[in-house]
Amino acid sequence: MMSTEFLIQTRENIDEMKDNAFQLTQAEAPGKEVLLGWLRQMLLIREFEVRTMQAYQNRLIGGFCHIYIGQEAVAVGSIAAVNPDDPIVLAYRDHGHALARGMDPKYCMAEMFGRIGGCAKGKGGSMHMFDAEHYLYGGHGIVGAQTPLGAGLAFATKYEDEVIKGGKSSHVTLCYLGDGALNQGCFYEAMNLASLQDLPVIFVLENNRYSMGTSIERGTSMAHDLRVKSEAHGIHHAIVDGKNVIDLYKDFKSIADWCREESRPFFVEAETYRYKGHSMSDPRKYRTKDEELVEESNDSIASLKNYLSEEYDVASDALKQIAQQVKAQVKQAVEWANNSPETPMNELYKDVFTDHWGPYAGTSKPEMLDEGGA
Amino acid sequence: MMAVATAERVIEFRDALNEAMSEEMRKDNRVYLLGEEVAEYNGAYKVSKGMLDEFGARRVIDTPISESGFAGMAIGSAMRGLRPIVEFMSWSFSLVAADPILNNAPKMLYMSGGQFGCPIVFRGNDGAGGQLASTHSWCVESMYANVPGLKMAIPYDAYDAKGLLKTAIQDDNPVFFLESERLLSTTGHVPVEEYTIPFGQALTRRSGTDCTIISFGRPLHFCLEAADELAKEGIECEVIDGRTIRPLDIDSMVASVKKTNACVVVDQSWSFASVGSEIASQIHACCFDDLDNHVFRVHSDDVPTPYAHNLEQAYLPNSRKICEAVRQATYNA
Ligand SMILES: Cc1ncc(C[n+]2csc(CCOP(=O)(O)OP(=O)(O)O)c2C)c(N)n1
Ligand SMILES: [Mg+2]
Repeated sequence: MMSTEFLIQTRENIDEMKDNAFQLTQAEAPGKEVLLGWLRQMLLIREFEVRTMQAYQNRLIGGFCHIYIGQEAVAVGSIAAVNPDDPIVLAYRDHGHALARGMDPKYCMAEMFGRIGGCAKGKGGSMHMFDAEHYLYGGHGIVGAQTPLGAGLAFATKYEDEVIKGGKSSHVTLCYLGDGALNQGCFYEAMNLASLQDLPVIFVLENNRYSMGTSIERGTSMAHDLRVKSEAHGIHHAIVDGKNVIDLYKDFKSIADWCREESRPFFVEAETYRYKGHSMSDPRKYRTKDEELVEESNDSIASLKNYLSEEYDVASDALKQIAQQVKAQVKQAVEWANNSPETPMNELYKDVFTDHWGPYAGTSKPEMLDEGGA
Repeated sequence: MMAVATAERVIEFRDALNEAMSEEMRKDNRVYLLGEEVAEYNGAYKVSKGMLDEFGARRVIDTPISESGFAGMAIGSAMRGLRPIVEFMSWSFSLVAADPILNNAPKMLYMSGGQFGCPIVFRGNDGAGGQLASTHSWCVESMYANVPGLKMAIPYDAYDAKGLLKTAIQDDNPVFFLESERLLSTTGHVPVEEYTIPFGQALTRRSGTDCTIISFGRPLHFCLEAADELAKEGIECEVIDGRTIRPLDIDSMVASVKKTNACVVVDQSWSFASVGSEIASQIHACCFDDLDNHVFRVHSDDVPTPYAHNLEQAYLPNSRKICEAVRQATYNA
């Protein structure tokens, strides 16, 4: 067995990898306008989540609902580093990724309100955001379930590019998972397959250090050096700062370009923190208030604002204006969701199959299928 | 055996489960509990509250999110004679562990020619919670009851929760114990005195002469609601709580149907190849000459569970659907 010290000493660091290990290219830092766009996205996600919590408390949203506040930089920076038609798949903490991918917040909110205007017609709810137009292949409720799907999406883009179109593989899939999903066997099966098949998929670990009330140290062996998890499958690993959207973007861009070019998987660990409870009913007794305060004092949105005013002289008024616009946008989204009609009853029987072979009781067709559209 | 209560003591369903586990763990140190968040968090639904404090971390074990791994590990330990209680935060997540719980636990004794048994309890929430959507709303009873070699219990109230769970833990065979998140906070009388409830003994929750309604677990609530509604129309229903699906107390059910000559089975899982269809088939075979009509069945609709509140309500076996079924079953009586 390797000793722990050995592993820590040899842990590959992303800068070294850029220097030598396998020539990751150094991505350029984005300019002011792009950064302002990211700030807007991150503020949008945060404001959206604040309103989501309110709506949940007002019983406009039901079921399980997981808030992304604190982790915004991960979705925004990583999604910015890939192309708009590169597939994305993830777990149930999915509102932020949907918005960062470009879903209109009103469709996201209406989904949680269980309305026909929702991105999945109100059939999926908070944990299951799907958006074909934006190549978002779902939030998934079963911990770890999305990891083989991520391999499968990468398998498909590679197959389409190489076998069907006869060209070169040109896409890369982002497959997000939480630290809790590190403990599901299917993740290791997915990595093994991805490595064997040279699949261009980035497994993005959003390490917020807790799965529900279990800290990563209590739930995951080798938590101090997760590199070993992917290296066993010949997949490179890198740690990125999940609180700094600029650095995170640059690292992701380098990695995504490499994966696309080489058609290989990668395992990226973004160090982050969820500010709120696991879901809407979590008193957070498993961590200290002090720890939360320390984490929240290193906030990705606050530091991007600072950076913008220091590096680009962006006035605080301009920043305030963005915040106000975002507030208004989310307010409208809530109103739109509220005005969206309830999902009609005939939807209960639709989408079970691609054709309209419905669930027949005895020999008769259910009435609902006749009510329009079927 | 049912003990006569000396004093009325009303506790929550979840505390009844807790008492059953704690009492059995005090008596037998081969019994241990494992699952996600069962120890330090006191259980995702607070069923194992205080058990870590009492029994320590060797016997109340927090596991990672590794259902296949920890269920399989528990089964391995049961082959050596330990008596694990495996908590699935939801039976929906047991699908990840389908191979060990269906392929190992129930078949071990048979496959080893009687050498290695598997005294284990798998327990957790089954059925739709509230708007949890399709991956988190599984009713596993029909799918799992299909497998020989396992026992399956579904308690409806706090009294049964404790008595049936104690029987499950004492049983030398694998028991699938299906609770409902919707029932955990309900309260009921649970005597201080120790008692167990034998498997395979149905309970008549309401007596009636016109139609037998057979169900298990949470849908009984809707059955009783429907029975009250129907009583206003002059239809008196007999509501039978099967309590265990395997073994199935078909004799009590048959006896009731022979009296009422009508039968509705309410099963929250999907209709195709289900517990409901099995019971209906057995009733048809045993009561062919006694029935005024065929057996009617009420299930969740044959679609994945929707998230939207209105769709979910329409999808579940509710009292409106039960009333309709009873009216149809009794219209020619
Ligand atoms: C197979 C399975 N087991 C258990 C659960 C219940 N559950 C939902 S989220 C969660 C914690 C996951 O934590 P992590 O992967 O770190 O993601 P995070 O919530 O931190 O985003 C658990 C145990 C589930 N959804 N699926
Ligand atoms: Mg986590």
